[in-house]
Amino acid sequence: MAKQSRPRSGGRTLAPYLLLIPAIAIVVLAMGYPIVWQLITSMQKFGLAQQFGKAPEWVWFDNYIALFSNSATWIVVGRSILFCLVTAAVTMIVGVGLALLMRAVGTVVRVILQIALLLAWATPVVAAMTIWNWMFDWDRGLVNWLLSAFGLPFSGHNWLQHPLSFFFVAMIIVVWMSVPFVAFSIYAGLTQVNTEVLEAAQMDGATASQRLRLIILPIIKPVLGIVMLLQIIWDLRVFTQIKLLQDRGSIASQTDVLGTYIYQLGIGSSDFAMASAMSIFVLILTVLLSWPYVRNLLKEDEAA
Amino acid sequence: MSTASQSQIQQAGQVSEMTAPLSVVAQRGKSNPKRLTKVMLGIVAVIVAVIWAFPVYWMINSSLLPSAVLEQRTPTLLPFGGSFKNFAAVFESGTFFKSLGLSLAIAIITVVACLLFAFLAALAISRFRFKGRRSFVLAVLFIQMLPAEGMFIAQYKLMGSIGLLNSVIGVSIIYVAAVVPFTIWMLRGFVAGVPADLEEAAMVDGLSRTQAFLRITFPLLAPGLVASGVYAFLQAWNEFTIALVLLDSSNRTLPLWLRGFIQESANRAIDWGEVMAASTLVAIPVIIFFMFVQGRMTSGMVSGAVKG
Repeated sequence: MAKQSRPRSGGRTLAPYLLLIPAIAIVVLAMGYPIVWQLITSMQKFGLAQQFGKAPEWVWFDNYIALFSNSATWIVVGRSILFCLVTAAVTMIVGVGLALLMRAVGTVVRVILQIALLLAWATPVVAAMTIWNWMFDWDRGLVNWLLSAFGLPFSGHNWLQHPLSFFFVAMIIVVWMSVPFVAFSIYAGLTQVNTEVLEAAQMDGATASQRLRLIILPIIKPVLGIVMLLQIIWDLRVFTQIKLLQDRGSIASQTDVLGTYIYQLGIGSSDFAMASAMSIFVLILTVLLSWPYVRNLLKEDEAA
Repeated sequence: MSTASQSQIQQAGQVSEMTAPLSVVAQRGKSNPKRLTKVMLGIVAVIVAVIWAFPVYWMINSSLLPSAVLEQRTPTLLPFGGSFKNFAAVFESGTFFKSLGLSLAIAIITVVACLLFAFLAALAISRFRFKGRRSFVLAVLFIQMLPAEGMFIAQYKLMGSIGLLNSVIGVSIIYVAAVVPFTIWMLRGFVAGVPADLEEAAMVDGLSRTQAFLRITFPLLAPGLVASGVYAFLQAWNEFTIALVLLDSSNRTLPLWLRGFIQESANRAIDWGEVMAASTLVAIPVIIFFMFVQGRMTSGMVSGAVKG
């Protein structure tokens, strides 16, 4: 991109601040105020009595202490982290594999693969969930039919009943939806790898795994890191997929992750103090995890 | 043409290449094992493509088949003898158009407000160096990472207290705030790409700053505005979490409406043909839109890392 734009210097003008007002105003209203409200509420006793007008009582960190001395919270946190890490790892492995595959095959095959991946990527999450619910349906689902056709005892098997297979299904769905972004991004990184260098290395006797490890990997390392980080952040906040799988009759308490737990605490039980404390925890976790990603984007901004 | 038959043709092509006389292959100057590997990888790639596209194919296939066919033990893989009856049933239920209207209203408000706010902000950060600029960019980047799940409880209370619960405006306000940061980031690149010199040259030629901007810069920005607009539209159109929290069953956006099919039928048999028709109606416009904006979205998210 041409970088001829010469930012106007001379900081005496008010113009940039005026231009920022609408964006800042809406973000402060819709996010700033709620976050402050959550911070305050998370340090107050706020139960059903307060719902009916009783003034909240300031309790400092009591809610956080109560929340994190409850084993149910830790089970949800542990479950979310485990689900997030496994799903992100599988997504990365498949995504990198497909990116390498895109590079290895001819143009026609690559375009076919890219179109297929785009289809999965473009499908709205709720539509995707209805499709997968249908495919994993215990009674008439394609998956059970296919597995039964191979002689496996899956006729009438309810995938969503047991937490482990519930999360297995959730993982397949999230991986299906996330791999395209990973594959496209890594592929974009791979196009930066010089083919001549690779061929020269091959002539000098470097094996395929050596070429991958010593030439390709160092070049795609930055994009690999960023994409993995984004996967971890996104998979940690997974809500829609879990909520829509729970709709099919799973036991929520056995399948709750961070997002659905907050929903359950706040909307379900009207325990806004606990829900706020949990939300603040999730926000802090997100900010900490996001820091390397933000720093990377900032670097780009400064280079521009 | 169905995905399955496409892949068969593709595979047939690959096989004929594979069985080509060895001498011909050798004459092409490529070693035989290398050529074989490439063909094998091509076959693997096509199989992966079929697997990945399959759920979308399965949705369309099921949407065309009558429920009597879908209820059979053995799945029907091709929609022969299919019809649009499932779609007709979805339209007749009447709730689709109400949800469509709601989703469109929210999406259009989000796109318009988002583009306007983000454009002004992008102008500020790419054309001016001012005190606090770095902090603002930093805030934009962090805010776009914040998950709805970490804020929806308070947003629910906020909208309740200002009387905007269960309203188009309430949902739109949250969407605009959620989408504006990344839109600023996307547009910033486009605004920075338009040379300020060009604008200044026009001003030397006698145009006012506003005229120069409108006649020179704005047309060059159009692709960026379109890409950002489609991005904002998709975000608003697909959003589920905030809509679930802020809206009740009398006001459903399309994702909530679609969810209703699954949710309400948790305890009775589902008419999967109808559900898949509903799903197709929600998904197809999005898939088409998405194809336009995909490149811009990806590069905005990871370009810094790709360039190293």
